[in-house]
Amino acid sequence: MVAFLRYLINGISLGSVYAIIALGYSMVYGIAKMLNFAHGDIIMIGAYIVYCVMVYLTMPPLIAVLCAVVVCTILGIVIERLAYKPLRQSASLAVLITAIGVSYFLQNAAMLIWGSNPKVFSSVFALGSLRLLNGELVISSETLLTIGANIVIMVALTLFTGKTKMGKAMRAVSEDKGAAELMGINVNRTISMTFAIGSALAAIAGALLCSTTNPNLVPTTGSMPGIKAFTAAVFGGIGSIPGALIGGLLLGVIEILGKAYISTELSDALVFAVLIIVLLFKPAGLLGKPMREKV
Amino acid sequence: MSEATTRAPLLAVSDLHVYYGAIHAIKGISLEVYDNEIVTLIGANGAGKSTTLNTIAGLLRPRQGTVTLNGAPIHGLGASRIVGLGLSLCPEGRRIFQQMTVRENLEMGAYSRPAAEIPASIEEMFQRFPRLREREKQIAGTLSGGEQQMLAMARALMSKPRLLMLDEPSMGLAPILVEQIFSIISELHASGVTVLLVEQNAQMALQVADRAYVMETGLITMQGDASDLLHNDAVQKAYLGS
Repeated sequence: MVAFLRYLINGISLGSVYAIIALGYSMVYGIAKMLNFAHGDIIMIGAYIVYCVMVYLTMPPLIAVLCAVVVCTILGIVIERLAYKPLRQSASLAVLITAIGVSYFLQNAAMLIWGSNPKVFSSVFALGSLRLLNGELVISSETLLTIGANIVIMVALTLFTGKTKMGKAMRAVSEDKGAAELMGINVNRTISMTFAIGSALAAIAGALLCSTTNPNLVPTTGSMPGIKAFTAAVFGGIGSIPGALIGGLLLGVIEILGKAYISTELSDALVFAVLIIVLLFKPAGLLGKPMREKV
Repeated sequence: MSEATTRAPLLAVSDLHVYYGAIHAIKGISLEVYDNEIVTLIGANGAGKSTTLNTIAGLLRPRQGTVTLNGAPIHGLGASRIVGLGLSLCPEGRRIFQQMTVRENLEMGAYSRPAAEIPASIEEMFQRFPRLREREKQIAGTLSGGEQQMLAMARALMSKPRLLMLDEPSMGLAPILVEQIFSIISELHASGVTVLLVEQNAQMALQVADRAYVMETGLITMQGDASDLLHNDAVQKAYLGS
């Protein structure tokens, strides 16, 4: 029983990271209508920045995460401006291939800068841990922090898109760029802003990922979590904030429980099998709404 | 009309050419709209009416020609700048934000205006379109076709335009709703809004308008007082089905 609880909490923690990454995917997809396959690599860059600031500059973790957020935000805006914006009118396949190209570019750039030897994270946030059930159930501070960060980010983004002028403009752009422009909304700036937010989230996810699950940092660190978070976004219904949350959490829990009770090797296959089954019955994802036009 | 033409036009389009790639869609048209007029642009499907409105609104860029609003050229600006200058387009097919509430749609319409003025304007729209008040918190995609058209018009009015351009406001609506939309256009006109109206329903459009232009394959082939065109033989034959 205690073991199950521990797995469940680990799953929720991992799922929280997936959810934060999935949000970035989902927001960019919702607004720019493109799959930014370089999103996972922004996570990796964020993680390297956290590592460098903490190890080489010996700054506290909070400063390191802030630096990573700033660098990734700028990187996201620059990538959008240089790689994706010129293709705004092109076929979506061209944009997709470009995104894969950007992904490889970032991985190779990281390899040039930091080399291919893994950087070992000790722990980003060493704070001690929570002991429950007479010390049988130990929940690390990283786990709590990850889940907490996830909740804060979800609430903040829900409020942002629901209540603020910029957030509402983002929703308008995601539905109909032309109509949004007729309202006076600067579509290019809105898309930039979306990439900025998505990339900032990726930086946070990078820090959380390295402190909870993946202590060895290499230039391809972002790929697998990126793909899984993309899966989570599709799973929950791409373009939807609660969808990213639910998709991420379910994916994390399925992965960890699968690892624990079925097979470590098969856990990833299990994750994708669940995705396929969900998409068979709900092609728009769990919370996705198929768009209907009214005449 | 004689009085109108002595003043400078609010909107002047001159020798406008628009291309879709290699296709020459608008082949050098000129038209004017004066303050407080209703001007209609009629013509068959594919004549270039919507392209003309979309170009004036800044969604498309002309290859040649000028568009001036109140004397200032606007043809180089993007749509998001133009709306702030007092020109608003209610696009074909309504294009309301289906997943946002009625109120949020109206707020988006006032995007270029200071936030403090918006609640009063929304109240004004609710008075003009009482159905929208009942549906204030509803997701716009759940409205009926007629309600969606009203929302689209109200949204376009939220920017407080000097010139409102309506693209096929009666499209796809039941006859009774078409009547209602046209009576709203007349009311708007009476309250001082200048309107440039594109319509397939030439009969209704000519009845409500002061002046009219007839478009055919990218060119303006006829123009004049709406009442004259309503009784013109060629127009009757081509567009009024009699």
